[in-house]
Amino acid sequence: MTLTYDGTYEGLLSAIFETYRLRLNVERIVPEYDWINNMFESPVHVATNQVWSERVIAGIELQCSKKTTTLLYHCFLSEQPTISMLIYSFIRKAMASTIDITDNYGDETVLKLHQIKKQISREVHRMHAFVRFQRTKDDIYYAVVEPDFNVMPLLSTHFLKRYPAQKWLIYDTKRHYGIYYDMRQIDYITFADDSRLRFRQLNNNILDESEPDYQILWKSYFDNVNIPERKNMKLHLQHVPKRYWKYLSEKRAQF
Amino acid sequence: MNERIKEKLEILSDAAKYDVSCASSGSNRKNTKDGLGNSNGIGICHSYTEDGRCVSLLKILLTNHCIFDCAYCVSRRSNDVKRAAFTVKEVVDLTINFYRRNYIEGLFLSSGIFKDADYTMERLVRIAKELRTIHKFNGYIHLKAIPGASDILIHEAGLYADRLSVNLEIPSEASLKMVAPEKNYQDVYKPMNYLSREIKGLKEEKKTIRSAPKFAPAGQSTQMVIGATPENDLKILNLANNLYKKQNLRRVYYSGYVPISSDARVPMLKQPPIVRENRLYQADWLMRFYGFKVEEIVDDNHPELDLELDPKAAYALRNPHLFPINVNEATYFEILRIPGVGVKSAKKIVAARRHGKLRFENLKKIGVVLKRARFFLTCADKEFKMLGKDPLLLRQLITAPSSKKAAFNQLSLFG
Repeated sequence: MTLTYDGTYEGLLSAIFETYRLRLNVERIVPEYDWINNMFESPVHVATNQVWSERVIAGIELQCSKKTTTLLYHCFLSEQPTISMLIYSFIRKAMASTIDITDNYGDETVLKLHQIKKQISREVHRMHAFVRFQRTKDDIYYAVVEPDFNVMPLLSTHFLKRYPAQKWLIYDTKRHYGIYYDMRQIDYITFADDSRLRFRQLNNNILDESEPDYQILWKSYFDNVNIPERKNMKLHLQHVPKRYWKYLSEKRAQF
Repeated sequence: MNERIKEKLEILSDAAKYDVSCASSGSNRKNTKDGLGNSNGIGICHSYTEDGRCVSLLKILLTNHCIFDCAYCVSRRSNDVKRAAFTVKEVVDLTINFYRRNYIEGLFLSSGIFKDADYTMERLVRIAKELRTIHKFNGYIHLKAIPGASDILIHEAGLYADRLSVNLEIPSEASLKMVAPEKNYQDVYKPMNYLSREIKGLKEEKKTIRSAPKFAPAGQSTQMVIGATPENDLKILNLANNLYKKQNLRRVYYSGYVPISSDARVPMLKQPPIVRENRLYQADWLMRFYGFKVEEIVDDNHPELDLELDPKAAYALRNPHLFPINVNEATYFEILRIPGVGVKSAKKIVAARRHGKLRFENLKKIGVVLKRARFFLTCADKEFKMLGKDPLLLRQLITAPSSKKAAFNQLSLFG
């Protein structure tokens, strides 16, 4: 039996709730846009139910801990194809056990979830590090990102705490949405046409006039901080894999 | 753009890079609703240099003019280099603007000694004070405590900075006198001891009095240059141990001497002693996180760290009677002693074994480096043929490069 849901976290939890409510034996739970139609099977779609998803979270929190529910949510953001089944499998095991299984690193499912969470945490940390703002003429600090996973929902708290007194915007060009802070609250936004945003560097007539100067100063600083006698490209690439080089203006040849 | 600022930045960041402290973690400074920045918990590395170090702070000298002539320093008085000096406004401006763009976690400010210690220190404090009070800056600030500066200035620095450091530079006073005759240990220990007393005192006060000021919440650190002078690892690690225990320092940095000086008082190394530096950091970690006493790592019979093996493996080979350790029954600290088991793995082992006895495949998935660990532990697999080997043979097996292993595998396919 296959269940589909609308692709949101609440949707997945609603589907999992259904399996308990109707005592179903499911082989697959997939987002509806991932389901490939075939004539042998028609999946059952579960509508997202806020009350149901909240009950599942409350159940896990009671059985395990708040850390566990955070673990599951973060893993969901990884967008990996097997993640729905991993979360389902974990919840089944957790509810059936008498003790909190979250730190049973001997179990396949638990271990895999921790590994995915680690990847997400690393990506969030990298975003904290590599988001580079550019100041526009309207005094908005603007940045473009392309994270490996859907980590945008996890970035707002950090940047809000750090920059409460300036307007900023972080845009995910892969997933076509962003977060915008106007000094009062954070909103999710999209641009109708974001094709121009693929070029990380904004046009000079939108930028504040001091902006190119600060980028040049930064590159200058970066070049002089390197100690050539200790060159170690292997270690360097371990820290900054090549796919992150596009974020770092100091690595671009144009200056 | 002012070309002069760019030139100053180039000169004064180039001169500052040999002070390797780059941490932006360990503080607990919250932001205000109208402030700029915060600095709590883990540090963030915003970029990385090609030598593998991270760039998390704007690390600059206020000026590279200096009245001293220390043999190992690129800014020494007798060296013919371009000299420059920032104004207070320029440093503040750079810090704020880099910070707003998320280029840095904060400022690391050092300086050559201009006129005298107090004159220089006063300027450093002024910059930190302006950032905090006028610009409401709550990001990370690391200030150098200039050796010989007065207590009043050091105190003021502690009110505005997250971390303060004063560098020992040379691991013994005798050697220091040979390469930097104008310097002495007393000038270094005076501010260091003052700071450790103040930090301890105000921390106690904060427990009972809410309004007690924040004072250097990220503590103190220091730096020792390795390889410029003849001290051995025994001396260096004992000195570090004392600094951690007596002066309560948060970090000691070991900076492999980069031969930038043609002065006859320091050796002309072909390259910096990077492997030795790495081993010293590993030994430092053993003292701070693995519960090792310094005499277990180095002693009179083994005054130098092994360059081929990490210090924990070297310890295990010297003490075969303490192994094998049963991962399913031993204590956390005993498990920490197994070569190839780090703090994270040890914690996972202790957590996971509550659910069931661990076997080699579990250990591998947890992240234990079995290449080393398998000779020193037992688990539920009850495999004993790796144990009880001769230490000399073990050393060969552990240090052998992995390509040899591949060759063995190939042979056995056709054997």
